[in-house]
Amino acid sequence: MNGVHDMGGMQGFGPVRPEANEPVFHARWEGRVLAMQRAMGYVGLWNIDMSRFSLEKMPPHIYLGVTYYEKWERGLESRVIEHALAGADELEAGRSLRPAKPVPRMLKASDVAKVMSRGSYARPAKAPARFQPGAAVRAKNINPVSHTRLPRYARGHVGTVEAVRGCHVFPDAVVAGQGENPQWLYTVVFSGRELWGEAADPALKVSIEAFEPYLEPA
Amino acid sequence: MSPDEHDPHGHGHDHDHDHEGSTLSEMQLRVRALETVLTEKGYIDPAALDRIVETFETKIGPHIGARIIAKAWSDPAFKERLIADATAAVNETGTLDHVGEHLIAVENTERRHNMVVCTLCSCYPWEVLGLPPVWYKSAAYRSRVVIDPRGVLRDFGIALPAETDIRVWDSTAETRYLVVPRRPPGTEGWSEERLAQLVTRDSMVGTGMAKPPAEAKP
Repeated sequence: MNGVHDMGGMQGFGPVRPEANEPVFHARWEGRVLAMQRAMGYVGLWNIDMSRFSLEKMPPHIYLGVTYYEKWERGLESRVIEHALAGADELEAGRSLRPAKPVPRMLKASDVAKVMSRGSYARPAKAPARFQPGAAVRAKNINPVSHTRLPRYARGHVGTVEAVRGCHVFPDAVVAGQGENPQWLYTVVFSGRELWGEAADPALKVSIEAFEPYLEPA
Repeated sequence: MSPDEHDPHGHGHDHDHDHEGSTLSEMQLRVRALETVLTEKGYIDPAALDRIVETFETKIGPHIGARIIAKAWSDPAFKERLIADATAAVNETGTLDHVGEHLIAVENTERRHNMVVCTLCSCYPWEVLGLPPVWYKSAAYRSRVVIDPRGVLRDFGIALPAETDIRVWDSTAETRYLVVPRRPPGTEGWSEERLAQLVTRDSMVGTGMAKPPAEAKP
């Protein structure tokens, strides 16, 4: 969706402000949110793409107005409610008011190592890759209302395939309820001037990781 | 209306700094309520959450990436393998921390400076750098680095020659990018342990440079 999360090229957010000696968490609750995110992901009712989409669907003023982990917490609440794991009334009450819904599994402390390495998203390919390194491609002008990983700033622009990154779970399909529908993934590089016009830095190149359905020959 | 379409608690937040304390305490309560409900339902084990938080606070951090970079600086054959396939190269050593699929290392040179961003959310090579800093997840960084990377570098106190090519990698899929910063001159013959002290988190994201040799302990 063309949400406020798709920020590449937007202007007016001011300078980047690095924080000296930044702590891992700025409050204890942030760590609990991160840990709940991992533990509830392990339960197996949603994947990372669905988690991302629940954040993208937040109203723009909320998305921009709250801190990072507050977004995560709200996203987690919305998924818990959508999957009928708990009711809004129970979250409001701060205690369980009804029996639990049976779930596939629960993360035990002894199994935490399983969520501390990155998941695997590579899948066997059903067909050969359509594009090879060096191919000129155009990012399609698509504006789906559901989840996509094609950023707006690349749409309609011509770039070059730099690398084929294997065949991966296709986030757009997962969130649309169509299963993993694995697709080839490419690194596609664009010149700054192609993306931002003649005034752009001539020494700038920007690449995205583009799934095959996002691309057409140029 | 679904719970993700509006503020489920029906009131907005004032995010002036004067009110930060009250916002934090509200988040503490909200997170505690969520954790209590999920625990009572049997979906999560608080001991597992403790273990996850502890791992991020004490075990996973930029020191992991720094060891990889120091090895790459010291061992040209390893650097070649790292650039070709970072996941395989790191995991083959048996001495560096294990990393997941699709870690990609990109090398800074005199002619090219690499920077990493996730314009759509907060994708970050957390296995090797730990959790991303607040600035990496900020609207300011995500929006600007793809269109004005030199401006972002200025925010970090860095000015590159105009002729240095800048390459920005927008990690829009499950590939994860690690920048190999330039090795500081005057470090010839140094051990990997000593070199690793010069490798900062920001230098591995592309918003910083490795520290000068004088900052390392003998």
